[in-house]
Amino acid sequence: MSGMFVHNLRLGVASLRRNPLLTTLMIMSIGVGVAASMVTYAVFRAVSGDPIPEKSAQLFAPQIDNRGPQYNHHGEPPDALNYTDAMALMRAHKAPRQTLLFQVGLSVMPDDPHKMPFKALGYATYGDFFTMFDVPFQYGSGWGAEEDDARDAVVVISRSLNKKLFGGENSVGRRINLDDRQYRIVGVTENWDPKPRFFDMFSGNAYAMPSQVYIPFTHAVAQKIDSYGNNNCGMDGKRGEDWDSWLRGECVWISPWVELDTPEQVQAYRQFLDGYAQEQRRAGRFNWAPNNRLRDVPAWLDSEHAVPPESRISLSLALGFLVICLVNTIGLLLAKFMRRAPEIGVRRALGASRADIYRQFLAEAGMVGLAGGLLGLVLTALGMLGIGLVFEPQIAKLAHLDFALVLLTLLLAVTATVLAAFYPTWRAAQVQPAWQLKSN
Amino acid sequence: MQIKPILSALRRHKAGTFLIAMQIALTLAIVCNALFIIQQRLAHLAEPSGLDEPNIFVIQNEWVGASTPEQLDAKMREDLGVLRALPGVQDVTLSNSYPLRGGGWDDGVKLTADQVQDTTGATIYFADERFIDTLGLKLIAGRNFRAEEITPMNVRDRLGPPVVMVTKALADKLFPAGDAVGKTIYLVGGPTTIVGVVDLLQAQSVDRWAQSFAYRSVIVPKRLAISLGVFYIVRTQPGQLDAAMRAAPKALFAHNPRRVINDEDGVLSFKEVRAKAYERDRGMAILMGLICVTLLAITAAGIVGLTSFWVGQRRKQIGVRRALGATRQDILEYFLTENLLISCGGALFGVLLAVAINLWLVTRFELHRLSLVYLLMGVVILLLLGQGAVLAPAMRASRVSPVEATRSV
Repeated sequence: MSGMFVHNLRLGVASLRRNPLLTTLMIMSIGVGVAASMVTYAVFRAVSGDPIPEKSAQLFAPQIDNRGPQYNHHGEPPDALNYTDAMALMRAHKAPRQTLLFQVGLSVMPDDPHKMPFKALGYATYGDFFTMFDVPFQYGSGWGAEEDDARDAVVVISRSLNKKLFGGENSVGRRINLDDRQYRIVGVTENWDPKPRFFDMFSGNAYAMPSQVYIPFTHAVAQKIDSYGNNNCGMDGKRGEDWDSWLRGECVWISPWVELDTPEQVQAYRQFLDGYAQEQRRAGRFNWAPNNRLRDVPAWLDSEHAVPPESRISLSLALGFLVICLVNTIGLLLAKFMRRAPEIGVRRALGASRADIYRQFLAEAGMVGLAGGLLGLVLTALGMLGIGLVFEPQIAKLAHLDFALVLLTLLLAVTATVLAAFYPTWRAAQVQPAWQLKSN
Repeated sequence: MQIKPILSALRRHKAGTFLIAMQIALTLAIVCNALFIIQQRLAHLAEPSGLDEPNIFVIQNEWVGASTPEQLDAKMREDLGVLRALPGVQDVTLSNSYPLRGGGWDDGVKLTADQVQDTTGATIYFADERFIDTLGLKLIAGRNFRAEEITPMNVRDRLGPPVVMVTKALADKLFPAGDAVGKTIYLVGGPTTIVGVVDLLQAQSVDRWAQSFAYRSVIVPKRLAISLGVFYIVRTQPGQLDAAMRAAPKALFAHNPRRVINDEDGVLSFKEVRAKAYERDRGMAILMGLICVTLLAITAAGIVGLTSFWVGQRRKQIGVRRALGATRQDILEYFLTENLLISCGGALFGVLLAVAINLWLVTRFELHRLSLVYLLMGVVILLLLGQGAVLAPAMRASRVSPVEATRSV
């Protein structure tokens, strides 16, 4: 059987050589179609992936409607919290793990006065951040609840910042100067940069550069360190006029996250949110029914439109493109196979069964598919180089050609071509032995 | 040319006919939509900013260390002096943002104090008395700010300046009668009077979410005194842009090193700003263009391939026709007409498919409705493509000698 298969493949190669024009057209058609699909798929895969697969079903972003039906966006609560609600969630502590975060931009002041200060972006957050999001550490660890409560000036820095400041050695316990304040380093993270950055979609940082610093949220608020990210004030005008009234105002700027491990906990947390909103209503702050959300990571990414529409449109069109290439291949295979009707007739007359014809021609199509796939691979690789022309750099650099994609390219090419070959092969197998012999 | 014999011949090649027609239909459907997307994106790209773009660059300056708002304001004013003294610099201003930056402070504008919903959204531009001249804007009504009207402001302060300027687009929206100057509008911090109207000034974001208030801006007489950063906008004399862009950060650091100007994007020419703002649109246009070209090439190749096969199959019949008196011209016309018939069938189906795809894009991605022009354009392109592709095999067919009739295959 396998000997027969190899024989069929050899026949296929021989036949491909016989008709160079048609063969080239087919291979190019498949190659181009597959490459277009693969390049756009690589981008789509990069932007639609699960950034934290092992925990995405346990991490939730609570949302509380502090605007009401008159000012909210199509009935949806805002996608961040104001300070009042954020602190209420933290104080209630209804989740095993919980954190708040907002983006900060801090100036790193080198000890050497001849070196220029530079900006390091990162987050003001709680100690649970590091355990909740499985942040890997090179040295040390995150801080704990004590530092949160004490509003300590501690900092976790990234591996790359540690390399820049301390040449990559263990800097835990050392101090750095950020915005003229001294911070004690408690941990150095490994290179960690989930894409999209699900926990800070609010500030449009889904595909931003990796974070460099993390400081306690409580410390940042005490030091009046303002958000480097977005704030959204809605239309009702309750915003405040200085730092303290800003904290009491209704502008949203804080992203909250909770970790809930069981469905019961999720249920209980939903009830807690509704209870909280009811309480605010009784207190006269809200005059509308509770309108909260508690989305896990995939649902959150979906509601935040993490996949750019450009990526979806181009993937859809590229798949349409592949279909056209396949229709084209069907036509060309048909031409190629039917041109050999006399040969088929002779083979059938000499005792070849229909199944033999099927095997031979499908094997030949498989060879075309493989060749098309190899060309597709080359074109995909070229396409990857040119991806920056089409997509924004921060998205383009996420897409890459890996082993899985190589395999998928070849598999797609061969499968698609063999599927496309079924109709022409069926036609070839219909060739009657007697009729062909007579006509010659 | 008689169509009937062609149709009866096609009936014997149902599969091939159907495949070519299908391919033309699918290609038409995708090419129409792709061309339409290209046109939309290019139109978006071509929207004017209102600025003297070739001579403008922007510096993002962030302060380090702790300072009071008063100290920050003094430092910014010193910086303006430093920049103004540079050779080749015509004018300098500072703002919280600039057109095409990608985002910033957008806010609601109301016509009355007790209004619940905003009349419109608008971009908030902070400006001093040099803003209009530096950007190269045209004041079309009222007056510019006076130097003494400009006051410093912290980001959390109440936004309630006594006077503002607005763009024409905003003035037209609020006061369609064209008498905006002197009128009162309400910002988040309270009432304010419009003193001037500028002609054209693009918003800081050109993304889809900001389309509802494109070109509508409020210009407030404020200097943003915060350490997070402010933008110095510099207009140079023609031809001096590159030199001034190199000199500016050096002069600023020489004056006061306690600042951050990012190496990568701290100093941007407006050309770079524009390129970045429209990255997605340009990318999409390029991708759609590539898809169109490749698709048309593949479809043409398919037609060449199948027609060549048909010509090969019918050599004997062609020979017979030639022997019976058909001219080369007749044979050529036969294949051209045959292709035209198939293409027309395919195009008909393709038009339906194109509309269906467009409707899907409209509902799914809020794209615009496909205009008839693109359907027609697509049909013409594909009919021409079909005729072009069939030409070579048809020429070969026309050269079949009448002698072929006497040969057995």
